[in-house]
Amino acid sequence: MKKNWWKILSFLLLNYTVVGGFLMDVPRLFILNETIRNLYFHVCMWFGMMILFGISFVYSIKYLRGFHLRNDIFAHNFAAVGTFFGILGYSTGTIWANYTWITDQSQSLGSVLKEPKLIGAAIALLIYGAYFVLRGSFTDMDKKARISAVYNIFAFAMLFPSIWIIPRLVGSLHPGAPGSDSGNPALNFKDIDSRLRMVFYPAVIGWTLLGVWIATLKIRLQLIKDKNLINE
Amino acid sequence: MNKIIYRMLFIVCCLLCSTILFAQDKPQMADEMRANGKIYVVVAVCLTILIGLFIYVFIVDRKVSRLEKGKD
Repeated sequence: MKKNWWKILSFLLLNYTVVGGFLMDVPRLFILNETIRNLYFHVCMWFGMMILFGISFVYSIKYLRGFHLRNDIFAHNFAAVGTFFGILGYSTGTIWANYTWITDQSQSLGSVLKEPKLIGAAIALLIYGAYFVLRGSFTDMDKKARISAVYNIFAFAMLFPSIWIIPRLVGSLHPGAPGSDSGNPALNFKDIDSRLRMVFYPAVIGWTLLGVWIATLKIRLQLIKDKNLINE
Repeated sequence: MNKIIYRMLFIVCCLLCSTILFAQDKPQMADEMRANGKIYVVVAVCLTILIGLFIYVFIVDRKVSRLEKGKD
């Protein structure tokens, strides 16, 4: 039980996120209105995805240093859960954008589809999609692990230009672009209200820990399955 | 007679309130939802889903632990 304290922490933090996220005071903003509360859910998905992809990246490097199949399993499953979080972030983002960009700012669907943040996020997710396609196309275990580890490093390197840098260089409706307000909207201490931060940071930690928990479950199952292959 | 006057006053009050609500240039928020207390229903539903999810993950976790022990 001592090792599982972070699972309980995740449970407590997410309960706090739901209760505090719905009931605590939020800044009154035009266009966004109550939807600013999505910050505790939509944005946390992306933060969780980044952290999970980061962990996957570290395990890919670890695999390439020693070629232990165990590290490859870790890298694969963290990337899988990260992609899942990314898909959740993308679909919640479409709902949010539908009401704040199309309805309230009367943007045409065409201008929303040209949105660099959406395209960048789609590219990033597709690059990770290709990672799983690549993995599935090998029959040789070692080759699969080695090439997909190299590819995973490339995918992680592509993540930052496509979801952070390019949308900030060109105009975007998404917060953080030069058109709206500069800097990272969720991390900039001048932009984000302290009332939001009180729930937002615990929410990021809670969702990320939940993702790590699910990933460890998948890893443990995979380790049981491949027990014969992993000689420890 | 008294009743009618009170009712009229009540209606006028309501109208005034609504004009005040419309006149404010603040962003609209779901204040009424909070005043009615119905927001707690949403919180309860979300918490139920969240706790259910956690119970599910916990059960899977226990199953995996059992598998790990059985194989060792």
